[in-house]
Amino acid sequence: MKILIVDDFSTMRRIIKNLLRDLGFTNTDEADDGNTALPMLKSGKYDFLVTDWNMPGMSGFELLQAVRADENLKNLPILMVTAEAKRDQIVAAAQAGVNGYVVKPFTAAVLKEKIEKIFERIQS
Amino acid sequence: MGTNKDKAGSLDPDVVAKLQHQVEELKQQVDAGDYAAAMRLINELNDVRDQSLYREVGRLTRSLHEAIRNFNIDPQNPEQQEALSKITDASDRLAYVVDMTSQAANRTMDIVEEAMPKANSLREQAIALRADWHKLRRREIGAGEFRELYNRIDNFFEQTANDAEVLYGNLSEILLAQDFQDLTGQVIQKVTALVKEVEEHLLSLVVMASHVDEITGTVHDMGDTTTTIEKGEGPQMNAKEREDVVSGQDDVDDLLSSLGF
Repeated sequence: MKILIVDDFSTMRRIIKNLLRDLGFTNTDEADDGNTALPMLKSGKYDFLVTDWNMPGMSGFELLQAVRADENLKNLPILMVTAEAKRDQIVAAAQAGVNGYVVKPFTAAVLKEKIEKIFERIQS
Repeated sequence: MGTNKDKAGSLDPDVVAKLQHQVEELKQQVDAGDYAAAMRLINELNDVRDQSLYREVGRLTRSLHEAIRNFNIDPQNPEQQEALSKITDASDRLAYVVDMTSQAANRTMDIVEEAMPKANSLREQAIALRADWHKLRRREIGAGEFRELYNRIDNFFEQTANDAEVLYGNLSEILLAQDFQDLTGQVIQKVTALVKEVEEHLLSLVVMASHVDEITGTVHDMGDTTTTIEKGEGPQMNAKEREDVVSGQDDVDDLLSSLGF
């Protein structure tokens, strides 16, 4: 299971990386915005994407749209972990095809629950 | 935009009185058919308008100069302008806050990552020892195994004492890493005070500018100010009091499940 973590703040990437490691996911890579992440996704055979929304360059929402529009990536499971908390935004992310949405600040338990739920749904 | 009364109030009362007098006179002359005198009066009216405009622009220029001086920027001297600019200082201060918080977060995570394997190792050893201890209590252990267990227990006590001391040190270092809050808090309070001050000055500039627009009759094209959803806005303040913002993960889950997630 190879996971890409996308956030413009290195501390947040580190927190998510640690929490994922505790959940048994040790194969993770990092990117600091959509522009860096997209080429990695296209060449790197990732199984899961965890992304922030508000980032300089290409935002997480634009990354979500780009992934869903790409024939080879469109089925990649995406979890959004973000401070964006407007109802309109959450609805827009759902409509754009996000698989899970976690608002910051979050707990380890919430992250675990959402990731497990996404995999359950994929496997069923 | 103000009412007509406000607009009249923004002119000098003497000018207003003069205007009223001249309008009255103009009407009389037009009624009497004295168009040459009427034209002369219209020119005079124009002069009054121009003079009050110049006076107003002069007053506004002085106020503007005062407002700029309140920003502590001397526009005559670019070097001083840079050095005295509180805004530049505020940017530096906020960059310092980003640095401090980042350092504290990384220092804390360094220590946590160092401490976690220690806690894990203690837990694993305790579980293994407990299993053997239960075997011992059930008298299911041989003499050789007992000697080995005896040594392991001894080692475990020693390691527990050492690791607990290290973990205690780690925790107190994490405690100290929180000292950024005091320093960044002070910096943010200073920047907040500056922002308030700048807001007040800007407000007076806006009032002045609208004043100029009023007397010159300028209308601005405000352009397109709509924002797109793609870019994101960052954390929302006062989420609990707002209808358009979720107040936590439970709200997000409810919203998503209402959409069939």
